[in-house]
Amino acid sequence: MGGAEVNKLQGAMWKERFLTGESERSSSRWLGLPERIDLYRIPWIRPLLYSRWPQFLARALTLAGFIFTITAGLLGSRVGSHNFAIIFVWIAWWTALKLAFIPLGGRSWCSVCPIPLPGEWLQQGGIFENSRGRFGLNLRWPKRLKGSWLQSGGFLLIGLFSAVTLTDARVTAWVLLGLFGLAIVLSLVVERRAFCSYICPIGGFTGIYAKTAPVEVRVIDTAICAAHREKTCYQSCPWGLYPLALRDSAQCGLCMECLRACPSDNIAVNLRPFGTDLAAERRGSRSPGRLDEAFLALVMLGSALAFSAVFTGPWGALKAAAFAIGSPAWLLYGLGFLILNLAVLPGAFATAVWAGQRWSGAKAQLRSAVAEQSQVLLPLGLFAWIAFTISFAFPKMNYVLSVISDPLGWGWNLLGTANTTWSPDVSGFSPGLQVALLLVGLAWSASVAKRLAMTNTGRALRQMLPGLAFCLAFSLAMLWLLVG
Amino acid sequence: MRESSSRWLRGWRWAALASLALLALFLPLPVNATTPVERTFHIQASQFAYTPAVLAVNPGDRVTIELLATDVVHGLSIDGYELEATADPGQTARLTFVADRQGSFRFRCTVTCGNLHPFMIGKLQVGQNALLWRGALLSALVVVAGLWGARK
Repeated sequence: MGGAEVNKLQGAMWKERFLTGESERSSSRWLGLPERIDLYRIPWIRPLLYSRWPQFLARALTLAGFIFTITAGLLGSRVGSHNFAIIFVWIAWWTALKLAFIPLGGRSWCSVCPIPLPGEWLQQGGIFENSRGRFGLNLRWPKRLKGSWLQSGGFLLIGLFSAVTLTDARVTAWVLLGLFGLAIVLSLVVERRAFCSYICPIGGFTGIYAKTAPVEVRVIDTAICAAHREKTCYQSCPWGLYPLALRDSAQCGLCMECLRACPSDNIAVNLRPFGTDLAAERRGSRSPGRLDEAFLALVMLGSALAFSAVFTGPWGALKAAAFAIGSPAWLLYGLGFLILNLAVLPGAFATAVWAGQRWSGAKAQLRSAVAEQSQVLLPLGLFAWIAFTISFAFPKMNYVLSVISDPLGWGWNLLGTANTTWSPDVSGFSPGLQVALLLVGLAWSASVAKRLAMTNTGRALRQMLPGLAFCLAFSLAMLWLLVG
Repeated sequence: MRESSSRWLRGWRWAALASLALLALFLPLPVNATTPVERTFHIQASQFAYTPAVLAVNPGDRVTIELLATDVVHGLSIDGYELEATADPGQTARLTFVADRQGSFRFRCTVTCGNLHPFMIGKLQVGQNALLWRGALLSALVVVAGLWGARK
């Protein structure tokens, strides 16, 4: 079967399997593009995805960078702006993650992340493939701890200690070392990538927003998978996923192992329209959504608000409170942060969903309605984080040049850029850009809300209105914090 | 007939929304006409805060900032204004300028003064913050556009 036939068959399969939302189909049609482009069928990309070498080299590079970052954090200057660990983790990498990796590649960072690497090597008893000499107990992850609850907890911890973690090189190094150790220990105790799936807060962050991204790994022909007894894709997936059962891109780490293991060449790496996973219908029924993901989405909103207030606001007392860990002021800050994330935002969103259900006469239970409608929060949250990053990181980009030349803050000047004071002057365009980004996020959320409501009830406007009021209130709060 | 009238109605609605969006973007906001005056602010800079942190002036005002560093060396530069001052501990640095750009501008510490130095920030408010108001209006319009066309 030639490439064109495969693409044609794949297109037909997709149309049959996934009745995508109206706006998605129409936007593709307007642009005259196919609904999906399988990157794995493009001749020059295929070997790059199939071979383990490119990915291995990228991961080796990130592992080396990771070890250097920890070393710089432990041995270098404690002044954050003079230490490679702080600048590369919280300015360069954190910015790249939010501005490029997630919006364009979903969980693409996970495919090159160095943190689970040594644990995975030990777990599989080899660098490239499984061998007989495997280490570890290979226990199942407890059912009660499944989902993204622990990742939400991890993100809340980051928020509680953010003023210190993001500015003290030693603390950053110890946090990275702790994550590294935890990933190795968990690899030796539980099966597959339990750390990435259930613990890593960054995994939670990237995973939930990966639903908006234009990349996915999916099965081409479901019948081939159903007839395949060995399920080599499932056996080889480090994440423990069965590609045929993928509902969205939140869990898939884009490691490409399924694609390498499939004897029928039945896996596609698709370029797809943005936000395909949101409010998408599958086989005529809506994806039910999960309460843990709804909570994670709300924690992301709360954290975006708190980070914006602490790091870009003019309130010195708030910064001092967030920094003075253990002090009464910090306890007060922590209490406020937790109340915002555990009570105010979940309470307001649940109330909005409840009001929408009641007003529209929809029959769904509140739990499942909250879980389903939390998809509306994803574009809003992603664009809020991007807008925050513009004012958080861009004015500090000069530090990147500086620490490349003097990574430990020891007075070196390896590349002659240690004393760089030039900084991109973003003040002219960044406030306008932030407003535009927040508007795009809000508009995208409104479109997701509309798609959900139009298929759920005959009184779509009534169902949407309270939820969109919640989104509007969040957008106005971010506007005020960032450009007010 | 019915279809063409509903299409016309839809087109009319979007045209109305687009017109409102253009109004929100370009309509001049009411201005309080005030005579420019001289304003002096005494700002204390300490790790990692300016006190006061929010300065409000009118467009055209001649502003003098007296920056007193109370602990370590601190600096001050204002986004959008090419100005900078550095104050040694216990010393005062002075900065004078005409607030000729309207809006909200962050000012930042320019001398590494400790862990939270990159986030030592204050705010200069020159007249109305048109961007904030226009952003808020456009956000409301986005929500209206989202609701538009949904069945009642």
